Amino acid sequence: MSQNLESLTVETVFSRWPFAQQHLAEAGLADIADKPEATLSELLDAGQLEILGNFISVMEDFLGTKDEKVHEVTILGGRAKDGSDEPVRELTVSVGDVVCIVGPTGSGKSRLLADIEWVARGDTPTGRHVRVNGEVPGDKWRFSSEHKLVAQLSQNMNFVMDLSVEEFLNLHAESRQVGDPEEKIKRIWNWANELAGEPFALDTPVTSLSGGQSRALMIADTAVLSASPVVLIDEIENAGIDRQQALDILIREEKIVLMATHDPILALMGDKRVIIKSGAMQKVIEPSEKEKANLTELRAMDEKLMGLRHRLRMGERLDEI
Amino acid sequence: MRFVTVSGPPSSGKTAVIIKTLEHLQKAGQKVGVVKFDCLFTDDDELFRKNGIIVRKGLAGALCPDHYFVSNVEECVQWGLQEGLDVLVSESAGLCNRCSPHIREVLALCVIDNLSGIGTPKKIGPMLKAADVVVITKGDIVSQAEREVFAARVHMVNTKARLLHVNGITGQGSFELSTLWTEAEDTATVEGKKLRFSMPAALCSYCLGETRIGSDYQMGNVRKIDLDLPTGFKTDGAPGASE
Repeated sequence: MSQNLESLTVETVFSRWPFAQQHLAEAGLADIADKPEATLSELLDAGQLEILGNFISVMEDFLGTKDEKVHEVTILGGRAKDGSDEPVRELTVSVGDVVCIVGPTGSGKSRLLADIEWVARGDTPTGRHVRVNGEVPGDKWRFSSEHKLVAQLSQNMNFVMDLSVEEFLNLHAESRQVGDPEEKIKRIWNWANELAGEPFALDTPVTSLSGGQSRALMIADTAVLSASPVVLIDEIENAGIDRQQALDILIREEKIVLMATHDPILALMGDKRVIIKSGAMQKVIEPSEKEKANLTELRAMDEKLMGLRHRLRMGERLDEI
Repeated sequence: MRFVTVSGPPSSGKTAVIIKTLEHLQKAGQKVGVVKFDCLFTDDDELFRKNGIIVRKGLAGALCPDHYFVSNVEECVQWGLQEGLDVLVSESAGLCNRCSPHIREVLALCVIDNLSGIGTPKKIGPMLKAADVVVITKGDIVSQAEREVFAARVHMVNTKARLLHVNGITGQGSFELSTLWTEAEDTATVEGKKLRFSMPAALCSYCLGETRIGSDYQMGNVRKIDLDLPTGFKTDGAPGASE
């Protein structure tokens, strides 16, 4: 960790390790608190950085609060299918980010996501490197059941266990050994009901939930109970759930959200859009002001379609739309 | 030659995982081969052949498939060397859940699928417990929660194994698995090496072809379920029947 302290800002260091501020004050460096935006390398020399790094590790060991939380994931560009350099050399996604990945079939979307999941170290066909919190991550992210970097949600997934919603969530909470499972289960259930629009009970068998209810429960459960900091969403556009709210829930639970989607509403809801072609990240763009304005119109169209669906369900004719 | 033993319950995706994983090694110019063990029938050898993999199959027939495996494994290694293989894989189905073909100092892999139910990791015992690498398949069709619960159950049975998710259809995860295979130890022979777990024992009249049912026909290594039957019960007649 000490080798990466230098690139962090004073503000970040103080928020992550509050005890660092006092340590620096005692070392006669109290005034660095006045420059929250500056990085440590601009303010401290190598010796001071090393001492601070050691102090942080000792404190973490002592407090038992070793920071396992993932704040950001960085992808360092590798090469395209033809061997040329990948145009995007570095992409960092942080907690709360929603990133869309777009590109035709076979363009390399899956490989990009696989590189993240496998925390590539230049040892995959793309030669990409992945950093977790700016560091070269250890093997635990590759092989342990507790530390999988990526959780996945896709249209093809189903519940296969013969359990009620409550039993099911209990089982998941138990396997994760989380504190206060009852509160978490209630939270998941409430959120899932809000997302789905058609409520279900805690004693409903998971296998008899509708498509929308299943998807809603999967999203709420992944947000609250999954160990993985990155959530990959693959084609949930037709799921019949409140997509904006689904993203809000994932962001609120401090997930990094990646979406492989060509749904215009979802794509414009993202903070960034990664364009993939020929096995490489070509560009990273942000939604333009015009696009954001169009989002309002797209939502209105979407609501109109939803309204028509509802009328069909109620047995009405669609002579007037 | 690197040697990998692959085991797993029937239909868990062993063959698909092996084909997808070997594909990456073939691309890297390695010569790869498989010995497929099965009981009565298999046409998986055709699948391997179609993918440019040199293959031999062994059908156990009337023998316990596990005993058949261990009686032939050294010959398989010698065959692999003779063919000049860089990587040899043995595939055997854990048909009785008590099976475990894993050999000390030989990379041991167990393939198990998300659909098999969360009780399965405990049920299949030794072939999972003694594996170095556990591959979980069919993760693309169950929920994230079920994947996590299943992986946790696997972890409870085998805390040391490296756990990987591989999709046998798309091959997702197979590249990653192939990197572990290239790390397998170089094997010139398995002569004198030990199994990680003893084979299921059997030496009774049925092993020798007996087909009739009843205590009178049972000899050798026989054990009875405790069912609290009244004394004097004979398994080959009505309760309390006496001669």
